[in-house]
This record gives sequence, C-alpha cells and structure tokens, in this order.
Amino acid sequence: MNSEAKRNKSVGSKVANWCRDFGRQWQLQTMVLPGIICMIIFNFIPIYGLTLAFKSYSVTSTIQDSPWVGMQNFQTILQDKYFWQSVQNTVGISAIKLVIEFFLPIILAIMIFELNWAPFKKVVQTITYLPHFLSWIILGGMLITWMSSNGMLNGLLNMLGFNIHTNHMLNAGGYWSIASLSDVWKEAGWGTILYLATMSKIDPTYYEAAEMDGASKIRQIWSITIPEMSNIIALNLILSVSGLFNSNLDQTLVLMNSQNQPKAEVINSYVYRVGLTQGDFSYATAVGLGVGIISVVLLTITNLVTKKLNDNQSVL
Amino acid sequence: MMLSKKQTKSNLSKVRKTKGNKVFDVVNVILMTLFSLIILIPMWNIVISSFADKNATSFVFWPSKLSIANYVSVFNDSGIWQSMFISAAKTIVGVIFHLFLCSIVAYALSKRRLRGRKLYSAMGIITMFFSGGMIPTYLLIKSLGLLNSFWVYILPAMFSYYDMVILMNFFRDIPDSLEESAKIDGASDWKIFFSIIVPLSKPALATIGLFHGVWQWNDFMTAKLYITNEALYPMQMRLYDIIVKSQAAAANGLNAQITIATSSKGVQLATIVVTMLPILVLYPFLQKYFVTGTMLGAVKE
Repeated sequence: MNSEAKRNKSVGSKVANWCRDFGRQWQLQTMVLPGIICMIIFNFIPIYGLTLAFKSYSVTSTIQDSPWVGMQNFQTILQDKYFWQSVQNTVGISAIKLVIEFFLPIILAIMIFELNWAPFKKVVQTITYLPHFLSWIILGGMLITWMSSNGMLNGLLNMLGFNIHTNHMLNAGGYWSIASLSDVWKEAGWGTILYLATMSKIDPTYYEAAEMDGASKIRQIWSITIPEMSNIIALNLILSVSGLFNSNLDQTLVLMNSQNQPKAEVINSYVYRVGLTQGDFSYATAVGLGVGIISVVLLTITNLVTKKLNDNQSVL
Repeated sequence: MMLSKKQTKSNLSKVRKTKGNKVFDVVNVILMTLFSLIILIPMWNIVISSFADKNATSFVFWPSKLSIANYVSVFNDSGIWQSMFISAAKTIVGVIFHLFLCSIVAYALSKRRLRGRKLYSAMGIITMFFSGGMIPTYLLIKSLGLLNSFWVYILPAMFSYYDMVILMNFFRDIPDSLEESAKIDGASDWKIFFSIIVPLSKPALATIGLFHGVWQWNDFMTAKLYITNEALYPMQMRLYDIIVKSQAAAANGLNAQITIATSSKGVQLATIVVTMLPILVLYPFLQKYFVTGTMLGAVKE
C-alpha cells in the first residue's frame, strides 16, 4: 500500500516534471508543431482513409458514413482479369528493370572508379548522371520521338541496312523492353553514386599489397572491391526485390496508348483509371492496399534472407 | 585520403604497369566513352530535331535544313508563358516553404532534451513506410478544397521527414558552444535558429533546396491528379497534354500533323527542350551538391 502510494507519487511528479519541461520548451515546441500538423493532415488522415477498402463509398457521402462491406472488394479483385493483367505487366517490367539496374551500376561504378584521368572521369560522371534529373514527361516525349516511324531508332537501323518504318510505340509486344530499358537509360548512371562513395573509402593499402603480389586489375576488383561493397550491394538487392510490385505511374501515363495498353497497364495506372476516371474509389483503394501489403511482405522476406547470408546483420 | 590514394596508385602503376592492366585501361576508356555516347546521342537527336525544318528529310545527327520556326510558334503561345510562370512560382514558393518548415522542425528535434521527441520521431518513421495511397489522398485534397488551387503544389509537399532527418543530423554536428553565448544573452530559440544556425547551415540547406526544386520543376503528377484548370498547368503538364494528344492521334491511325496542326512534332520537341532547359543549364554547376546530398542521406540513415 505504502509503496504503491510512493510509486503513484513518483509517477505524478514525473508527469509534473515532464509538463514543466514541456512548458519551458514552448519555443522549441512551436517549431515542431507545424511539422506534426502537416504529417497528421497529409500522411495520417490518408492512412485512416484506407478503411475505404473495406467499405462501399459513394461520392455523395463521406468515408465515415459509408457502410462496411468487409472483404467484398478483395474478393472482387481475385476475379478481376484486368487487375491480374496489370500485375503481370508490373512484375514483368519491374523484373527486367531490376535485374539490369542491380548489376549494371555495380559494373559501371567499378569502371568509373578505375578511370585514371580525373577530367575524363568527371565528364563521364556529369553526362551519365544527367538523365536522372529529367522528368518522365520529358523522357516520355523524347522516347516517343525516337521510336516513331521516322525517328532515331529507325534512322540508325536504316544506316545499318535494315529497312524498318514502323512506329515502335504502337507495338504492344515491344512495350516491356521500351519501358524497362528507358528506365535503365535514365537511372543506371545515377545508381553508381553510392558504390563510388563506398569505393573511395576502401583502404588503398589493400590495393598496394595486391599489386605487389602481382594481382591483376580484374583480380583486385573481384577480391577487394566487391567484398568491401557487400553491405551496400545487399541493401540494393533488398530494395530491388521489394520494388517488384512498384510501378511507375508517370512513365505509364505518358507512354501508354490505345494500341499498347494490354502490355502497358500497370497496377498504379489501373488504380488511377478505376478510381479517378471511373469513380470506383473503394475498389481502387482495396487494390492499392493489397499491393502495398504484398510489397511490405516482400521487403521483410528479402531482409531476412540477406540477414542470414550476411552473418545475421541486418543491412536495413 | 582520396588524393593520397590516387598518388600512390599512379606511382605504383608507373613502376609496374603490366600489359594486362594496360589493356584493361584502354578497354575501360572505350567502354566508358560508349556509355557516355549512349546518353548523349539520343539527347542531341532531340535538341537538333527541334531546330529541324519541317520539310527536312529523316536524319539522326544533322538535318538537311535548320529553322527556328518551332521556337517561334512555342513562344507565340501565351499558354506557354503562363505555364512557365506557374512552374517557376511553384518551384520558388515550394522550396521556400519546404526549407523553412523542414529546418525549424529539424532544429527542434536536434535537441535531445526536447520533450516528446520519441513520439515525433515515431510518427515520422511511420510516414516513411506507410502511406494512404492515391485514392485516400485524393479524397483528402478534395475535402480540403485544394482541387484547382495553386496551394496544392505547395502544402502537401511542404514537409518531408526524410529531408528533415538529413537537416537534423547536420544541425547536430554544429557545436553547442556556438549557441551558448547567445543563450546567456537571453536570445530566444527562434532568434538563435535564424541568427546562428541558418548562416552556418547554408550548404545543407542548399542541397535540400536543390533536390526539392528539381522535384517541384519536374512534378507533373500533382497537376494531373488535382488540377483541371489549364491556367494552373505547369510546363510538365502542358507538355504531357501535347504529347498524349498527338500519341492518341497516332494510335488511332490518324496523321498527327493533320489533326493537330499547331502541335506538330517540331513544336512538341521545342517544348521538350524549353522545359528541360533550366535543368540542362544549371545541372553541371550544381552537380556536386546533388552528389554530396545523396551521400548525406544514405550515410546518415
């Protein structure tokens, strides 16, 4: 009894202390407040809005007033062939993209790092980072021009003796390659930055010793550079695999047309079309939520696997 | 350290430059030149195509006839000037609001004695991993009355927990002793922030500001989702409109040049070049900020 009273008292005085400190810090607290308000409005209210996925929403009512329908929207998803087509396209495009964008930056970074002449190295970096800063609308407009019937691609093919005059953007069969390779073109150079930063921190005496022993460049890269970068490589692997269900809405909206749509529609653009164009808000939210959950599960699994491979150290 | 490494490396390679390594170097330079050309040639093709006369025959590197007609018709369109103004305004206002909000929150959270700090951080981390997605966000924006309002470009993007963390880590590295004398003189936290912290943090603020600026300039999705009033279209949205309209015409088997006489291929290309010009011009000078900024974010995570 006595000890409990004591504890109550100490809890009470702790609260009092906390409130007193909080009051004294009112200036710092006023600095945090606008950020907290922003997060509540623009992040937490939409998270609450995910309850829409379990409701039947009509434009005339509010999220709160809409009736609950349980898992009905998710059951509809299972039978929706357009949804499964968009999943297929998303995973197909992502898979090509992620495999190339996982390996290529590692190779490019090593090659840039091995360039001996500093000004050349600088120029290569400046040029290859540039596309990262162009928007998908700009790149989309460029791609459509390159791929058009009298565009650059056909021009180059004609120089090589092929006589092709089709508009490649209207060919659904080629869309996956166009979508994934254009992303590689845009991001491969920029993807080298973290690897280059890591490599510049490798102890140079390793290389000196290896060179004394007569190890070739390739051998040095294989036995020193790559092992030293294993952590950052694992991190990128996790991010790659968990991105399998991510789709690029900007890219899809600008590149998709009525001819290539069967191969171009991805999950995001499907959510956009069903939700904002056709007005089926609840169903579109359910699709978005379902795919979001799959992505989190994938992220967790890959993290566990790399942890196992990486001496039980999480890289995330 | 970088420098010493380079020196030792080059000394060593002078001493024992094996034949294999020489071959490696030559192949490396050739491949990297090729890689750069794969980026440059397509971009050159777009820029030079925008200057091509509409009667020029098919080409890759140089058209048979040059003309500035495309640019004349782009700049004669008053809608383009309106969009450029919106793009510039959303970039400038967006960066100012973003920097102000992220940096005051970052300053307060950089103080370990701040009460409620754990709760605030937990909230922020949740925002990094979970989001409501497109539809709930759209309904929120709609109920806030931000549809077809300029402020929809600024307010939802005003705070970013990620950028805040980068700034917070930067502020933590500023020695406390610099603030103490001001505190003894009775300066308020706000005064210390503006008179001591901000001037010392210019490089970090510049980096975050640049990234947000590029994002604002390139952002088209906000306009696509929330803006239907053409007077509020930024450049990216106007460009999207032009591209998608002529693509739709091509996909439906119509000749784009005939159906949309004003948005000919050439005008479309000139609009692309005008839209990316600010980035092309500024980027080489600002590259180092972008590189260090990326590393700040990754290393301090």
